[in-house]
Parts: sequence; C-alpha cells; structure tokens
Amino acid sequence: MATMADPPAGRAVDSATGTPTETVVEAEDLRMDYGPTRVLDGLGLTVRAGEVVALLGPNGAGKTTTIEILEGFRRRSAGRVEVLGQDPARADEAWRAELGVVLQSWRDHGVWRVRELLHHFGRYYAAYSTPERVRPFDTDTLLGRVGLAGHAHQQVKSLSGGQRRRLDVAIGLVGRPRLLFLDEPTAGFDPQARRDFHDLVHDVVDENDTAVLLTTHDLDEAERLADRILVLTGGRIVADGSAEQLATDLGGDSELAWTVDGRRSVHSTREPAKFVAGLYADHGDSVTDLRVTRATLEDVYMDLVRRHGSGGPANAAEYERKDR
Amino acid sequence: MNPATNAVRLGVARGWTDFLRLSTTPSELFGYIFYPLVFVGVAIGADLEHNETGADGSAYLMTGGVAFLLANTLLLLAQMIGSEREDGTLLRAKALPHGMIGYTVGKSLQLLLTSAVSLTLIIVASLVLVDGFSIQGWTGLLTLLCFCALGIMALAPYGAILGSLTTNPRMTVAVVMMALLGLTVVSGLFFPLDILPAWAGVIGMLFPLYWAGVGMRAALLPETQLAFEATGAWELPQAAGVLMVWAVVGFLVAPWVLRRMARRESGSRVSEARERAMKRAY
Repeated sequence: MATMADPPAGRAVDSATGTPTETVVEAEDLRMDYGPTRVLDGLGLTVRAGEVVALLGPNGAGKTTTIEILEGFRRRSAGRVEVLGQDPARADEAWRAELGVVLQSWRDHGVWRVRELLHHFGRYYAAYSTPERVRPFDTDTLLGRVGLAGHAHQQVKSLSGGQRRRLDVAIGLVGRPRLLFLDEPTAGFDPQARRDFHDLVHDVVDENDTAVLLTTHDLDEAERLADRILVLTGGRIVADGSAEQLATDLGGDSELAWTVDGRRSVHSTREPAKFVAGLYADHGDSVTDLRVTRATLEDVYMDLVRRHGSGGPANAAEYERKDR
Repeated sequence: MNPATNAVRLGVARGWTDFLRLSTTPSELFGYIFYPLVFVGVAIGADLEHNETGADGSAYLMTGGVAFLLANTLLLLAQMIGSEREDGTLLRAKALPHGMIGYTVGKSLQLLLTSAVSLTLIIVASLVLVDGFSIQGWTGLLTLLCFCALGIMALAPYGAILGSLTTNPRMTVAVVMMALLGLTVVSGLFFPLDILPAWAGVIGMLFPLYWAGVGMRAALLPETQLAFEATGAWELPQAAGVLMVWAVVGFLVAPWVLRRMARRESGSRVSEARERAMKRAY
C-alpha cells in the first residue's frame, strides 16, 4: 500500500508517516436519545487500520452506547456512521465476519469444552476465508496464544473468571477480524490479571494488524493499551490524542506550593513559570520550599470530565428502561 | 462454501452437541425420566384399570401423559430462549456471521431430539407397563407420528414467543407451567371431560392441548375406549384442523417476535439481565 502514488479514495493519510492508512471507523455528528435523555450529542470519531483506540469516560458517559452502535447492535437516533465501509445499522453478514466482538461471558455454553467451542465458532468464518486472510485462526494456535492450551478439554463452566475472559478474547479474535471491539474488558480484574490481559491484547493485535476500539473508565488502562485516547463525556468527544499529547496540549493546572515567612501557601495555575517569577519578584529570597507539580493525565482527565459534565444512568439498557 | 449453508451445517452441529452434552448432565437426565416416571407411577398406582364401564382409566391417563409432553416443548423452548438471552448465548450467536441461522437450526434440532427421547421413553414405558395402552396398528403409528409432529408445531412456537418476551425466564416458566396444568384439566387429558361442567370442555377445545390429546387417544387406545369420547368417535379431522391453525399462527408470529427480540440484544442488555438475575433469589 505504501508504494501507491496516490492514496485511494476513502483512505486517510497518516500525518506522521505519510503512508495511506485506511479508516475503519468513522462517526460524524452521532446522536442518541433515550426518550427525553440525550446520551450522545454530536459525537465524532475516527479509527484507522491497525490502531488501538480507547474510549475513555466516566460511567454513564455513553461509551457502551457508542460501541454498540458501531457493532450494529443498537440503532442510533441520528448522525452518520461508517464501520469498515458500511453503515452498521444496515450491514450484511460478510461485514459481520470482519468484526470481532469480545463479549463478557457469564455462564453461556457452560457444558461445552473450551477447544470445541472456539473451534465451532471459528468455522462460521471459514466461508469468508481468502488466500490473503486465511480464516479462521487455527484453534490450537489461538488457544496457546491466550494461554488456554492446558485447558482445551475442560468444560467452559470449570474455568476461572480470568480464564473465561481469555476465552472471550479468543472468540473475539477467532475470525481474524480487521476490527475488534472491547467493552470494559477488565472490569472486575485484579491488578495481575489486568496486566496479563493488556499484554495479551498487545501481542495479538500486533501480530494481526487488527484495529481495536475499547471502552474503559480506567485511565491507567487507556494509557497502557491505546495508541490514542478519546475522552467521552457529556455525549461528545472532548479530547483526542495520545496520553502524552493530552497531558501536554490540554495542560491542565499545575499546582504550586511554597512557604513565605513560615506560612505555607498553595496555588493552582495554568502558567506556573509566570507565577513563580511573580512570586520571587514579590518576596525574593524569603520564598522557601517551592514545589511545582505538573498536571498528570489523570488531572487533565478529571478536569475535562468536570468541565463537560456527565452523569446519568451507568448502563445503556437502564436508559431504555427509564424511557419505557 | 456458501456462508448460509455453512451456518445451517454448524447449527446442526450445535444442536447435536447441546443435546449430547445436556443429555449426559445428571439434572437433564432427571428431566427426561421425571415425567415418564410420574405418569407411569400414577397410572399403575391409582389402579384405574377396568372399572365397571369397561373403560380403561390408566391407559387413558397415559395418553394424556404423552400429550402433556408435547405441550412441554412449549415450556422447554420458553426456558431455553429466556435463559440463553439472559446468559448471553444468543448475543454470541448474533456476533457471528450468520450466527442466528446457526442458533435457530441448533435450537430446533435440540428441541426435536430432546422431545423424541422423552416421548420415546414415556411411550415405551407405557407399552410395557400399562395395560390397554398400545399402538393401534400401522394407522395408529401413523396417527401417533403425525399428531406428535402437529402437536409440537402447534405448541412450540408459543414457547419461542414467551421466551423472547420474558424478562424473568424462571418466573415465566413457573407461570406457564401452572397455566398448562390448568389446561390439562379442561382439556380432558388425564380423565374424561364428562365429570366437568360443559363450559370447561368448551374452553379446552379452544386450545391445542385438547386436540393433541384426541390424537394420542386415537393412536394409542383401542376402539372399545371410544365410549370416553364426547361424540363417540375420534375427531381426527377437527383435531388436525385446530392444531394446524395454531401452528400456522405460531409460525407466522414467532419469527417476527424472535427477530425483533434478537435485533435488540446487546452487551448492555445482557449485563443488565445478568444483574437482574443475580439480585433474584429464584
């Protein structure tokens, strides 16, 4: 693709490398109303091929609603959406074969064996296999990849919570999707399981050049997993960039603490250097114990959420119930 | 490879696997044996045989048992669909290309296999253990097969509809179970209707269970038992007619309700259903 003189229509050009990068998700002015409640209000986002994008936002911000619209599981109220070249609300089964959805299993397929279930689901994709993209994934390779090779012949219901999530990921990946959706992938994980899960997603995604859109309310997770973070609050995307970009560009307030004549003072400002200069001009050498704390990504995020407001029910289905 | 045909093949594989796996689960095995055991036990224990009219009460009761198992397909399907919506099985199918074809084929096959096993069990047990219960020649066998198929087609679609509409599968199954038990009484399934007021029989005749019972009696009881029938004859054409009307309406409405339900399934609905289920003690 990089050797082409002109990028084909419908492809964005990656500004950093100049190579044409295919857009896999594009949403414009997306709106979603549950009765009188507007959950998404003019949301726009783009995901390019091979990119890992985190949709970060507080509970009730509309993350799950957004992802379910993109998955084709929920109808939007208004706006333009294109996922892998089709409108999810009208997309066909061949389109579905290009997607991977990691669902949170509970007790479904409990009596199936791990390998048997993964193999069975994989066979649905065999009809869509091409020489360039052989599908499905080889069952045993994939089981090994997610660390379940030793559990292949166990019943699904005998797996631990963490093992089940690994199986969920394997099922999401078995069709070698071009785009993978992960909704709150590590909710309820302990720190070790969370780290293992992040490593797994990284590895599998790198190997297969799969684009990933994940939702999380965990900043740490977004920072660790994503190439790009979209902050969703108040029904729209209020920030878009890598973790470093967000922290730098959005600045946020730096916190200053100092002591003058034994009196401790604290002040927040967007321009710490200027403030410090003023401080010394006023008090000279009597300023002691000066400390400047730069805004972290977390501060930026909290600030964004506070400014744009959010709230509302924590779960998309809850909106519908209120609606009824 | 055509994706849709592939999905049909996978549906057959799924139905077979679900059937095999569940058939080797102790609780499911118990489900198979439970009804035959209860009905045969009551039929023998109550000693309803050869009372003064020459009518054979035990054999009559067992034909009702067979008809009741036909109605049980409604409960089975409501329970399967209701709980598989709740636990996310259905959403998984929806996330696969042509997964809903696979799911529908799989569930239909699973239901047919499960029904075939439980019907065979109760019929064989009755043939061996209950006097006066016998397949009435080749016409009887044909009648039995036709009315088993008709009965399932007239009843099962309504199970699919109920399973699609419920938000509490266990409660729905309990309520439908009570309703079915009520219907068995006004349908004259276990004992002749003449001991009940006439209006009860009229209510029963509106529902498919009554006519499934007629079909089973025609297939499994000798002509000497015709004295039980209100009209003194096996009303097979009427029975087939009523069952077909129920089947046609069911097969028109059920796919529409199922499609509507499936369209609305999503991750947040499943997790909401899960939370609801976990808050309930039943």
